[in-house]
Amino acid sequence: MLVCAAGIIITGLFKKVPVFDEFLVGAKDGLHSAVKVAPALVALVASVSMLRASGAIGSAVEIMKPLFAAISIPPEVFPLALMRPISGSGALAVLKDIFSSSGPDSHAGLVASVMMGSSETTFYTIAVYYGSVGIKKLGATVPAALMADITGFIFSVLAVLIFF
Amino acid sequence: MIPEFEPDVNILYRKAVEPQQVSQKMVGELYMMNYIWAALIIFSIIFSCLFGDVTKLSNVLLTSGNDALELALTLAGGMCLWGGLMRIADKSGITKLTAKLFSPLIGLIMPGVKRGSNAERAVTMNMAANLLGLGNAATPLGLKAMEELDKLNGHSPTASPAMTAFVVLNTASIQLLPSTIAMLRVEYGSANAMSILPCVWIVSVITVTIGLVSCKIFTKSAKKEG
Repeated sequence: MLVCAAGIIITGLFKKVPVFDEFLVGAKDGLHSAVKVAPALVALVASVSMLRASGAIGSAVEIMKPLFAAISIPPEVFPLALMRPISGSGALAVLKDIFSSSGPDSHAGLVASVMMGSSETTFYTIAVYYGSVGIKKLGATVPAALMADITGFIFSVLAVLIFF
Repeated sequence: MIPEFEPDVNILYRKAVEPQQVSQKMVGELYMMNYIWAALIIFSIIFSCLFGDVTKLSNVLLTSGNDALELALTLAGGMCLWGGLMRIADKSGITKLTAKLFSPLIGLIMPGVKRGSNAERAVTMNMAANLLGLGNAATPLGLKAMEELDKLNGHSPTASPAMTAFVVLNTASIQLLPSTIAMLRVEYGSANAMSILPCVWIVSVITVTIGLVSCKIFTKSAKKEG
């Protein structure tokens, strides 16, 4: 990160760019888009934290557990798969849970690591990116992104089975 | 009394009928986020009334606004910083160079984005930040790219195919070094924290491909229906 910042500024100086002035122009734009994103964030954080507080995710996990055990997917990773698309901090908490209860090098720990490393907080990204420019009709975004998430979940399990 | 009362009824009637017609039109146009958002909240309330802790839920509702604004402030700091740095990079030709490196890939994923355009430069900078794992930079740069794509799209409220592809790309992860996870693994005593890398790369490539391909397929099928 520091290298990137330094590289950009030094190149700017070499090319005789008024670095401070240009930085201010860009920073002002940045602040402007941040303000535009804030309402979408409030809406999204409210709904996601309510879902987490309602305990629905925990119950869904309890219901699905036997099914996962039956097809030899470690049941501990299922809450992660549910949490990952909606809440980054929630997913991180689940990952830490798995690490401390089964260890990072256990089967569940490995699957969870791969799953976490190969995915993003889908709904947060969608809400913030589209919210910033006032897009209302999302087209194929949600189904395509969910398709990618489900694929990521399945292939995380498969990849760990093959590689370890 | 009567002449005063009649216009009121008229207004009431109009209010009752007209918005309904408008809202039916809106429903027909499928503003998906409305449904997802409302469903999340209503479901949470019903679920916690039946099985959970209602006080916890109302506390969360009260604090979530603060949490969100804190997040927005953190994001605002990053956006100022990276917005400024990116402006310097733009003026000194760095972004042009990166765009050249990525442009074959962008032509493939987002054919609507012209070579050498502002949008192409912004999109590539976001991709570069994602690849390097600069999470703090990726979101601000991504929002900048959305602005440029929005200009190309004529500020329409409907997402363009390029936007859909770009957002789907950002909802999948293309990070080369998942540093947060590696650090956590070390913290919890992993013998080989980086052993997950090949798996992460393979799964990332698969998810990104599936995401982009289904993006194209779903867009086409939606168009046929329309």
